[in-house]
Amino acid sequence: MTPMLEIQSASKGYGNGRQHSPVLKDINLRIDEGEFVAIIGYSGAGKTTLMSLLAGLLAPDEGRVTFRGQRVTAPGPERALVFQNYSLLPWLSVRGNIALAVDSVHRGWPASRRRQHVDRYIEMVNLTPARHKKPHELSGGMRQRVSVARALAMEPRVLLMDEPLSALDALTRATLQDEISRIWQETRKTMVLITNDPDEGIYLADRIIPLSAGPSATLGPSIPIDIPRPRDRRDLNKEPHFIDVRRRVLDYLLGDGGRAKTTVTRKLVLPDLEPEDLTRPHGMPFIGSRARRRREEKQETVEIS
Amino acid sequence: MSDPQTQPDPRATPWWNRDSTDQRVRQLLIYVGTPAIGIALFLGLWSFTASKVEVSFGQLPGPTAVVAEVKNLWLDHQSERDREHQFYERQETRKAKVMAETPKAAWKERKYAGRPTYFDQILTSLKTVFTGFLIASLIAVPLGIVCGLSPSVSIALNPLIQIFKPVSPLAWLPIVMIMVSALYNPEEPYFEKAFLSSAITVALCSLWPTLVNTAVGVASIDADYLNVAKVLKLGWFKKIFKIVLPAAMPLIFTGLRLSLGVGWMVLIAAEMLAQNPGLGKFVWDMFQNGSSQTLAQIMVAVFTIGGIGFVLDRVMLALQRSVTFGSTAR
Repeated sequence: MTPMLEIQSASKGYGNGRQHSPVLKDINLRIDEGEFVAIIGYSGAGKTTLMSLLAGLLAPDEGRVTFRGQRVTAPGPERALVFQNYSLLPWLSVRGNIALAVDSVHRGWPASRRRQHVDRYIEMVNLTPARHKKPHELSGGMRQRVSVARALAMEPRVLLMDEPLSALDALTRATLQDEISRIWQETRKTMVLITNDPDEGIYLADRIIPLSAGPSATLGPSIPIDIPRPRDRRDLNKEPHFIDVRRRVLDYLLGDGGRAKTTVTRKLVLPDLEPEDLTRPHGMPFIGSRARRRREEKQETVEIS
Repeated sequence: MSDPQTQPDPRATPWWNRDSTDQRVRQLLIYVGTPAIGIALFLGLWSFTASKVEVSFGQLPGPTAVVAEVKNLWLDHQSERDREHQFYERQETRKAKVMAETPKAAWKERKYAGRPTYFDQILTSLKTVFTGFLIASLIAVPLGIVCGLSPSVSIALNPLIQIFKPVSPLAWLPIVMIMVSALYNPEEPYFEKAFLSSAITVALCSLWPTLVNTAVGVASIDADYLNVAKVLKLGWFKKIFKIVLPAAMPLIFTGLRLSLGVGWMVLIAAEMLAQNPGLGKFVWDMFQNGSSQTLAQIMVAVFTIGGIGFVLDRVMLALQRSVTFGSTAR
């Protein structure tokens, strides 16, 4: 059987020449139809880059990404994406956001069928009372529900979720995890979830794969999760298999996978308050060399050991 | 000895600052009363200065003279309308008479050729500025979108924009007038040449704020929105109308508002030189007449121009607010 989605020895980095920084290296991943796979990794390890490769928003430097045997060259509605920051269009209502997706993906359908389709997915994420609201009138959890409904309404073959719940508080998160779990059991859609929470990954997925710390992050061993569904969040902590999977994930992330030093490159947004470097020789005013200010150094790399 | 309980606390807020049901009245006093004081001071200063200054044709008109001129201009407008009405009535009766005598006679309708009144001129000015503004918007918004979407187009156009942006309407006008008389020579002109020249000059000067703001608005669209367009495989047309335009709308409207302001300012100068029968020509003609009364009429025009500019700005501001969505919205 051809896998639904496959990555073969792919690598991806940003920048050129000396500035080149490798992000992902030697990534191999195979996702079969109907599977729910979770990928877990450190912040900044390259999870979003991995997701962009799967979605087709980025092309790998080496290796290849295939969708049902075909090489992925561009994003498309058959691989719907749920973004971490929802990316709903603020000028459209809940309904409008979902309708835009439905109208452009199911162009051939008659209008009445599209309308019913939109309503069905609003219902699925329990947002019918809020369907005329604009995104800024909704809470974070509700916004992410709209985003999930928008993605599902495209009727994709694969649903890609990039840390969909990271920005939410713990209680909302649990509710939405339950909803995603329910939706998966109803639809049996192929789903890929990227997360930084081991419990979330194990609770939801059939298989969990750790992503080692960057730079040059790579995928660790795939760990199957054989906990029967529907799973009960309260019993999970007593389940020996859950504890075992969790230990193995953490062992990898803290042991082998964590060995590479994590570096975080971040943008420096500092006020221009630092004094100029006075040890440098002063030229004529306005001419010649000027001391560099810290503001002009756009980024720094911090090593976390 | 008075009871300390009934004594007012000296630290208490003074009466004009106290939070009470009078708060609305107080706010009204502040927001209406304070500007009223400013205006009153201005009028006082004006009438004082006017009484002291002698110009070549008499006294400088003060506020009262200007208000009297508003009335005169209105009366003039009404009498002109009456004359026009009478003219058409006379024409009708004459036509009926001629038709009764020789039914086959060729009758040529004549248009009333009276001079435009002040209020006609205001209308002409508004028509001209909106025509120019429309031309400018139709060019600037699409061009701005192309600039915003394509960095190379933006880099290519940037020097031209920077060079043409600061050019005064007075420099454009001769070129525009020559171009219009060379290119616009229809048998039965629908537009006056002066009208067309003024409108195009307005367009040339008010193009730039919209162009620049649209380009910036489009270039700074959240990459996530464009990713949504990519995942949905929206066509070029749909991407522009469903994602790019709404996302850039707040900045486009900021540009349009600035453009209309610039256009209105430029219009007066353009009309003066192109002799388009609007407020600019009115000011110029009254200046040529050179009397104390016409000077007062110029002042009426100044207030009219200011007032209309203010109203136009407020209308654009309201439109701008109506298209701005919650800033925290995603």
